[in-house]
Amino acid sequence: MAAFPFELVSPEKLIFSGEVQQVVVPGTEGDFAVGAGHEKLISALRPGLIVVTDAAGQVSRLYVRGGFADVSGTGLTILAERAVPAAEMNDAAFDAEIKATEAEVAAATTDADRIRAAERLAQVGDARRAIAA
Amino acid sequence: MPSLKDLRNRIASVKATQKITKAMQMVAAAKLRRAQTAAEAARPYAERMNKVLANVAKGVAGNPAAPRLLTGTGNDKTHLLVVFTAERGLCGAFNSSIARLARERIIALQAEGKTVKILCVGKKGYDVLKRQFEKQIVDLIELRSVRNIGFEHADEIGRRIISMFEAGEFDVCTIFYSRFRSVIAQIPTALQMIPAEIPEAAAGAADEAPYDYEPDEAEILASLLPRNLSMQVFRALLENAASEQGARMSAMDNATRNAGEMIKKQTTTYNRTRQAMITKELIEIISGAEAL
Repeated sequence: MAAFPFELVSPEKLIFSGEVQQVVVPGTEGDFAVGAGHEKLISALRPGLIVVTDAAGQVSRLYVRGGFADVSGTGLTILAERAVPAAEMNDAAFDAEIKATEAEVAAATTDADRIRAAERLAQVGDARRAIAA
Repeated sequence: MPSLKDLRNRIASVKATQKITKAMQMVAAAKLRRAQTAAEAARPYAERMNKVLANVAKGVAGNPAAPRLLTGTGNDKTHLLVVFTAERGLCGAFNSSIARLARERIIALQAEGKTVKILCVGKKGYDVLKRQFEKQIVDLIELRSVRNIGFEHADEIGRRIISMFEAGEFDVCTIFYSRFRSVIAQIPTALQMIPAEIPEAAAGAADEAPYDYEPDEAEILASLLPRNLSMQVFRALLENAASEQGARMSAMDNATRNAGEMIKKQTTTYNRTRQAMITKELIEIISGAEAL
């Protein structure tokens, strides 16, 4: 499988930069896998798991909480609000995530916001189950 | 002429001050290194975000449904100035140069008949600005208790700005902070946030294949713009933190050197006075002996 450049950045730092074979991205409209020569696409992300297959075929999983994926002619860039290796997302970390999201639901002022926050809450739960599995 | 004891006390006190300034300089140097790494680490995200934003914004250009964060309200009557300064003093001209830039802008805007609102982040800028513009200051956000600036602090300020914008409290938002160039050069900078200034990074790419958007452009832009705002605030906070430490380091370096000079001068005076007294006593003894 052909390799392509992939970058994962969070506001605090550049988390990953290098050649990969495939990345599965949790888009808001569903997961999609990005390989070399993927069509140009900008997608919003939902809380979920990024599955990275690096050039050597090693698979690593990271949890992201929202952000954007930019598939351009030159590679894939993910702007994550927060990204943590799946192995580090233990129960305590998820509880904190769920609490933060619940606070968002409570703080939402419009219906659209509330629905969006509630969706996120469900997605965080899905991600938790996916990691546990 | 001061007595020997006075001189000794004075030297001791300057030495104590010198120790303090020296310690502050070293602390600032250590903090600067950390602040600088943090500022550099945030750069890639901001760059990528600019690129994505430029791409998406091109997609909605000319669309009347484009979000107001991008296009503005169509007015420029009320200006919100967000002034980022330090929480602490003793850092040279750092705080006052940011405040001066903000003040010049406020006066210019007021001369044009615009309404000005000020949001202060950091106590020191508030102290300076409230003397002249007490009525215009909307609020003060203090980050004194924050040790390491994280994205969530910036996000909070960003959300605050956006909720004010959505409530129609202002038309144009500009932030003031100090860009870190080097330990001796920090450049006070004004940056317009709303309406967003779209970087021209992707210019000349017009003939490339268009992007697909998931969900559509407008929705992506609607969530991208607030995040971009928070990111800019985050950058301003980080650059400011690095600048502050840099300014403090050079200010304290100067202070330490001045104290050193003062000690040298005082010591010379002390030695001269002591010698003069010894000479005087000798003369008294000799003239006493001669009189016999």
